[in-house]
Amino acid sequence: MADLRLTTEKVGSVLVVGGGIAGIQAALDLADTGFYVYLVESSPAIGGTQAKLDKTFPTNDCSLCILSPKLVECGRHPNIELFTLAQVEGISGEPGNFTVTIRQNPRYVDLDKCVGCGDCAQACPVKIPDPFNNGLSKKKAISVKYEQAVPKVYNIDAERCLYLSKGKPLGKDICRKCESACTSKAINFDDVPKEYNLKVGAVILAPGFEEFDPSKLTNFGYGKYKNVVTSIEFERILSASGPFKGKIVRPADHKEPKKIAWIQCIGSRDTAQCASGYCSSVCCTYAVKEAIIAKEHIGVDLETTIFNMDIRTFGKDFEKYYIRSKEEYGVRYVISRVFALEEDPETKNIKIRYSDLEGNVHYEEFDIVVLSIGMRPCAESKNLAEKFQIDLNKYGFAETSIFDPVKTSREGIYVCGAFHSPLDIPSTVVQASATAAHAASLLSEVRHTLEKQVTYPPERNVLGEPPRIGVFVCHCGINIGGVVDVPAVRDYVSTLPNVVYADDLLYTCSQDAQEKIKEIIKEYNLNRVVVASCTPRTHESLFQQTLKEAGLNPYLFSMANIREQCSWVHMHEPEKATEKAKDLVRAAISAAALKEPLSVLHLDVTKEAVVIGGGVAGMEAALEIAKQGFPVHLIEKTDQLGGLALKINYTLESKDVQNYLQELIQKVENNPLITVYKNSSVINVSGYVGNFLSEVKTSTGVIEIKHGITVIAIGGEEYQPKEYLYGQSNLVLTGVELENILAKSSEYLRKVKTIVMIQCVGSRNSERPYCSRVCCGEAVKNALKIKEINPDINVYVLYRDMRTYGFKEDYYQEARSKGVIFIRYEEGNEPKVRLIDENNLLVTVQDHILQKDINIEAQLLALNTATLPNSNARELAQLYKVPVNDDGFYLEAHMKLRPVDFATEGVFLCGLAHSPKFIDETIAQAKAAAQRATGVLVQDKLTSEGAISYVDPDYCVGCKICVGLCPYKAISFNENKKVAEITDVLCKGCGVCASACPTGACSIKNFKSEQIFAEIAAILA
Amino acid sequence: MEKNFEPVIVGFLCNWCSYAGADLAGVSRMQYPPNLRVIRVMCSGRVEPSFILKAFQEGADGVLISGCHIGDCHYVDGNIKTLRRTPLIKTLLSQLGVEEERFKQTWISAAEGEKFAQVVKAMVEEIKRIGPFKKQAEEESDDFDDKAYGLMIEAAVTIEGGNIDG
Repeated sequence: MADLRLTTEKVGSVLVVGGGIAGIQAALDLADTGFYVYLVESSPAIGGTQAKLDKTFPTNDCSLCILSPKLVECGRHPNIELFTLAQVEGISGEPGNFTVTIRQNPRYVDLDKCVGCGDCAQACPVKIPDPFNNGLSKKKAISVKYEQAVPKVYNIDAERCLYLSKGKPLGKDICRKCESACTSKAINFDDVPKEYNLKVGAVILAPGFEEFDPSKLTNFGYGKYKNVVTSIEFERILSASGPFKGKIVRPADHKEPKKIAWIQCIGSRDTAQCASGYCSSVCCTYAVKEAIIAKEHIGVDLETTIFNMDIRTFGKDFEKYYIRSKEEYGVRYVISRVFALEEDPETKNIKIRYSDLEGNVHYEEFDIVVLSIGMRPCAESKNLAEKFQIDLNKYGFAETSIFDPVKTSREGIYVCGAFHSPLDIPSTVVQASATAAHAASLLSEVRHTLEKQVTYPPERNVLGEPPRIGVFVCHCGINIGGVVDVPAVRDYVSTLPNVVYADDLLYTCSQDAQEKIKEIIKEYNLNRVVVASCTPRTHESLFQQTLKEAGLNPYLFSMANIREQCSWVHMHEPEKATEKAKDLVRAAISAAALKEPLSVLHLDVTKEAVVIGGGVAGMEAALEIAKQGFPVHLIEKTDQLGGLALKINYTLESKDVQNYLQELIQKVENNPLITVYKNSSVINVSGYVGNFLSEVKTSTGVIEIKHGITVIAIGGEEYQPKEYLYGQSNLVLTGVELENILAKSSEYLRKVKTIVMIQCVGSRNSERPYCSRVCCGEAVKNALKIKEINPDINVYVLYRDMRTYGFKEDYYQEARSKGVIFIRYEEGNEPKVRLIDENNLLVTVQDHILQKDINIEAQLLALNTATLPNSNARELAQLYKVPVNDDGFYLEAHMKLRPVDFATEGVFLCGLAHSPKFIDETIAQAKAAAQRATGVLVQDKLTSEGAISYVDPDYCVGCKICVGLCPYKAISFNENKKVAEITDVLCKGCGVCASACPTGACSIKNFKSEQIFAEIAAILA
Repeated sequence: MEKNFEPVIVGFLCNWCSYAGADLAGVSRMQYPPNLRVIRVMCSGRVEPSFILKAFQEGADGVLISGCHIGDCHYVDGNIKTLRRTPLIKTLLSQLGVEEERFKQTWISAAEGEKFAQVVKAMVEEIKRIGPFKKQAEEESDDFDDKAYGLMIEAAVTIEGGNIDG
């Protein structure tokens, strides 16, 4: 029966505005779950700011290398339609059915004809500053945005092109050199703006941010002094594809620097001049990163100094990164205020004038000064808000609520990434998946209605052909090429048997490289491909896809890892690294020669979910999956839903947590698709993605649940302090206990004159070298509440770094203005607490500024304590075969780009089980996990591994050794034929059976003994 | 002993833990000697005794097998097979005259990049100390083969023959 409330029909497509990592992730998540996506990007190519970064913190992953596969995936996805050089003109309609008007500016180069060869740019006589390198280098008036751009199609800057700016308007035939240089006839000077009207059900806004322009701060001389650069400019200087090809030099004289300084909070945490009060959240960690990378480039002798107010390395594993920068790399940190910069006109060195904590003024000279600039709302922010009729906050970012963090003020329009608030990449990716979840649940009934099916060219039969191997050796910018002699490796492998083609590529993972590989496969009639680049763990599937598109079976492929396991680990031994690279590629080639085409299986999916943990994370995830139409089993260990949030009354932003929580619990309990199991826990798990079988111990006995995916949201625990007289005196509380008292009654404070809070209790120490992220905000929250109850109460916060990142900085400043006193202490010089009498405590802390002990008599001491991983984390980890990190939190598949996935397929994570975080961050992450999980549940069939075991009945002697060994019970014994048989769908391809078979009857495809023997022989040849 | 001897070590690493750990060492730019050549297998339990013998026969100076920590195996208990097989491989190798330093079996997780670098460093140092591997009876290398193969079958049956999962 038709739903009568539905006035208009919903549309199964979504508009994503912005082609940075946020937009890309949202687009991929939606396109992979049955929706058609229009991705609108204002520049000529997608990639956003991440494409400009050299490395990413805290793993120092090559930024472009981890992004590139996503760019390529986006560019080739049958359900993503890219509109580059385009913006939204207007929107009408209602949630579920909007009409948007897109205006696309002329590119003057035909998207379908351009092959990205660059002959046009060679011919172009006009040089203009390259915005991708922030003007540190020049490019031509016809150019690509960057080498790995998607689409890799040139475009003309009409204002600078001689013909378009001077010739055409006057009817004169000048220049047009690009046109004659282009053999593909792709130049189109008559290109005009185009307008499109698109029907979409939902909109995701991901326009990103703008770099703060420090030339507005006159005391820093940016723009005047050449050796003063912004942090983004420095990223380009570090980058192999940057203006100086990855060699760090001073822009003024191209000399290698000996001393580099970073100045933090440029344009952030600053209410003066043109800056903004909020903290930009990412600058501390990126400065740590830039200092480490600079040291790696130049060597240990390079002096690096970071001038800062606080170091805010609050994210997962950031604190360890910060510690490493100090202890391993010798990066120097100076807590200070920088007044001004001055250039020495002779040497072009930059003199920094700053004051230390004691107020003494110092001068110090540096070769390069990097300004750690903050994030500003994008230039389009106001415009977008008007067009889409959404509210902005006072800083110009999209207004959202704590309990619905990615929803804008208008239904059907969602926001993610740096338009939401200043965010790092993992939080951006999480939010992107969360917006996709919102759009998908809004449109779940029209899922698949506009989806296009993928078809590959028919697979070429290569059986019986002698191997014809093509080898592609990757420079990876200078990541490989800077150590390994890539051309020498290429020349060497071209002499090896069966190799009919060998080439080296700057970035083998880029889209143009995929096109090239496909062409070469056809041109040389290749039947095997070898790529020597990075780890197959991240890139194998990308290249296999390329093979499929070229009509080759994806298993006719092998990879040599000459980056992670060669160039990066033998940076100081280039010759030996080159020799090793040759050995590794030779082995890959000999393995490739024996590769066989394999077919994959299609498995059914149990379209139900298990969510473990009934706290905010688990409930939000369960609800989101249910909203998308799938049954959920929610398993909670205790007798009530709510988790740790039950203990929190309100947020830093004064939002009522209990109110939200009770509503959430009701929604979960009333949802017909959600079954809640209280007092229950998972005790045994078998199966795999699509087909898990979990045994759950409930209060009424053990039950079995069949499910396709698992979300682990078991939360964290509060650290119970042993220090500072906690548990010995009732004057000492935890921050959470204090909050509870403040929320319930002000009576308690009647006799209190002074309250002291101590930060980092149980965090950031040798036992737990991580930052618990929320405690600084919690301290400020409680301090403000105390001042609200009674402004005369003295409040002292003893801290190490105040980490009130993002808009939380406003509350920190508010607390300071209301007279809360913040005193910094150092690790190893912790405050001391003594009981004076039953009502008074004496807290002693060494003041940094006065350099002497301060004694504070207090009637209450609150300890802001660490967030611990759940004590059951390891147990559950073993059941679902997922890893935990050193701190006991779960380890995601990839810190940056797969923040809610486990490496084990079909298992996802969110909330405190991942790492300490605020409630809004948990909610976003839960929705993200739900969306990623839905990616499995929407599929009717999952494609299995092709590389599975098989038994040759002619050689099987029926010893049954393999039968007992298989952990998946995939091998059975056929009593009639007296041979072992493998059930293909159950085999996971571990190969244990093959290794044990005494006759060689049992073997595993793609890892056959003869293949491995060949690899061993080749590696040692 | 040969001066400037640079041993070649063949490493069989499981895809999910140890290979990932080796990748992490790379991502973290942990420097270790370039003497290891890695062959990726899905599970350390895939490594047949014959792979190890083949490596020595082809001239490897050392062999490393590394898998997930016990309890972490991506394939439930493939590494238990490795665990059980290891002492038998050691026996087999010693019967063939291969010094025990030349064969090492470890557990390295995806988060243990540093441990991976340490393991390689230590192994390279140790093998440098004992020098290049010379097959006991160089001229009778066929014999090495035959003897090894016979022992291998014996070992395989010994390891897997009983009701080892029970």
